[in-house]
Amino acid sequence: MNILEDKELRREIILDNYQNPMNKGLVNDSCYLKENTNNESCIDNIDIQLKVDNGIVSDIRFDGEACAISTSATSIIIKSLIGKSVNEARYILKNYKNMISEKEYDSDILGELVVYDEISKQPNRINCALLPYNAICKMLNRLDEV
Amino acid sequence: MNREDFPVLKQDIVYFDNGATTLKPQCVIDKMVDYYSNYTSNIHRGEYSLALRTNKEYDEVRTIVKKFIGALKEEEIVFTKGSTEALNMIVFGYFKNVLKEGDEVLLNKGEHASNVLPWFILQKTIKIKIKNVELDDNYELNVDNIKKEINERTKVIALSQISNVVGDIRDVYSIGKLCKDNNIYFVVDASQAVSHVEVDVVKNNIDFLAFSGHKMMGPTGVGVLYGKYDLLCNMEPLEYGGGMNQSFESDGSYELKTPPTKFEAGTPPIAEVIGLGEAIKYIEKIGVNKIHEHELKLKKYLVQELEKIDNVILYNKNSESGIVIFNLDHVFSQDTAVYLNHYKICIRAGNHCTKMLKDDLKIKNTCRVSMYLYNTKEDVDKLIEALRKSKDIFNIIL
Repeated sequence: MNILEDKELRREIILDNYQNPMNKGLVNDSCYLKENTNNESCIDNIDIQLKVDNGIVSDIRFDGEACAISTSATSIIIKSLIGKSVNEARYILKNYKNMISEKEYDSDILGELVVYDEISKQPNRINCALLPYNAICKMLNRLDEV
Repeated sequence: MNREDFPVLKQDIVYFDNGATTLKPQCVIDKMVDYYSNYTSNIHRGEYSLALRTNKEYDEVRTIVKKFIGALKEEEIVFTKGSTEALNMIVFGYFKNVLKEGDEVLLNKGEHASNVLPWFILQKTIKIKIKNVELDDNYELNVDNIKKEINERTKVIALSQISNVVGDIRDVYSIGKLCKDNNIYFVVDASQAVSHVEVDVVKNNIDFLAFSGHKMMGPTGVGVLYGKYDLLCNMEPLEYGGGMNQSFESDGSYELKTPPTKFEAGTPPIAEVIGLGEAIKYIEKIGVNKIHEHELKLKKYLVQELEKIDNVILYNKNSESGIVIFNLDHVFSQDTAVYLNHYKICIRAGNHCTKMLKDDLKIKNTCRVSMYLYNTKEDVDKLIEALRKSKDIFNIIL
């Protein structure tokens, strides 16, 4: 069934990623870029690590204290980006941001991330959904500076 | 009590975020609208009727505040934009000039950022030493633990009269006496205390005191700095400009006015000061002790009911103010706040600007319920009911 049509399924995906998030726990490895992200409008605070090998996002990890939306969004973004090229990752992130900002977006490439397509109805949660986006974009931009 | 005086309460909400800011009674709103509608004008030097009325209304508030906090004279009352500004003025206008390297300032981990960070800056710039007095098993500050930290280098004890998270009421009378006996400056942040318990600067030997208007039913943008007059005379202003100078000449010489005028450069928040005066009159009509009694009764009832709910973790059941902090087991505090908003219950989630408290509390973020005079048993019942049903929190918020 289409995720978008099944509210129960959406909730399950978010809850599962909140309670059993992907790649929680940081590694002590200087090959990773690292970014702390805390949300100025709320109290979420997470660290994200990103590793790129030969233009491919090979790993992303995170740790910290954050709400259900921030934590689950981080987990799902991690799943969506690992194994993608840096350009593909940027394209996914751009479409994710567009979706959250109620702009046109390509839902086909977003996979499970479409569970947040109605988050704009709760303005106080928008920043939560964008927390991992902001951190990962910053790290990808740092790649260009090297 | 007095719910009908608060227009915001006409909405179907439970307002439990009084530690952040309080609702305003109609009389305060009317008083400010009256200034804006009928006699808007600047203070000082206006010779026309409107300005004379503004002068009178503005100056009267100094007398109202003086009596309200038991100060000796009007000149000891400085209007600021809030507690934060007042505390910064105290630290950077006075203590920066009198403290020396190695002098010790006693704080504690339950203090708000505005009574911590200015001292951190002095620690970094003039090398004072900050010591945190240990909190007891209930995360409260007691006099014995303060005594343990006092030595000949102790120059300042700075604390909130009621802490904004744990909500413990500090024994300012004993601490004030301790300060007097040991020749220590006593700085009190009364933001959470004023209008909840008695604040008396002379009885408690307080050298400097700060509070905000908006946490006591007054407007935002106004607060009070109290200082003993001789200390204010030796305090430097942080802002210079119109109204606070006696004279200045083209050769660069200048003379400043005396306190409190020398600390109120530029046009002050006139409407807000006048609104603050009205708020104090309103509080005095009810009586601070009655407000405290009411809040404490509600807190005790809330604690008693929360203890019956399995997944509620309570952190400060013993403190004697209207503040309750808790978490739902395995739920991030912000999610709890979003969930309660679904039931139109306004609480605050986070670290409440006391970021050092996590060392003792072993948790960074909590949900804070803070009561005030207009809260009722029914408000508490609504909160309890929502928390009882909270097993389905994720069905509600996701």
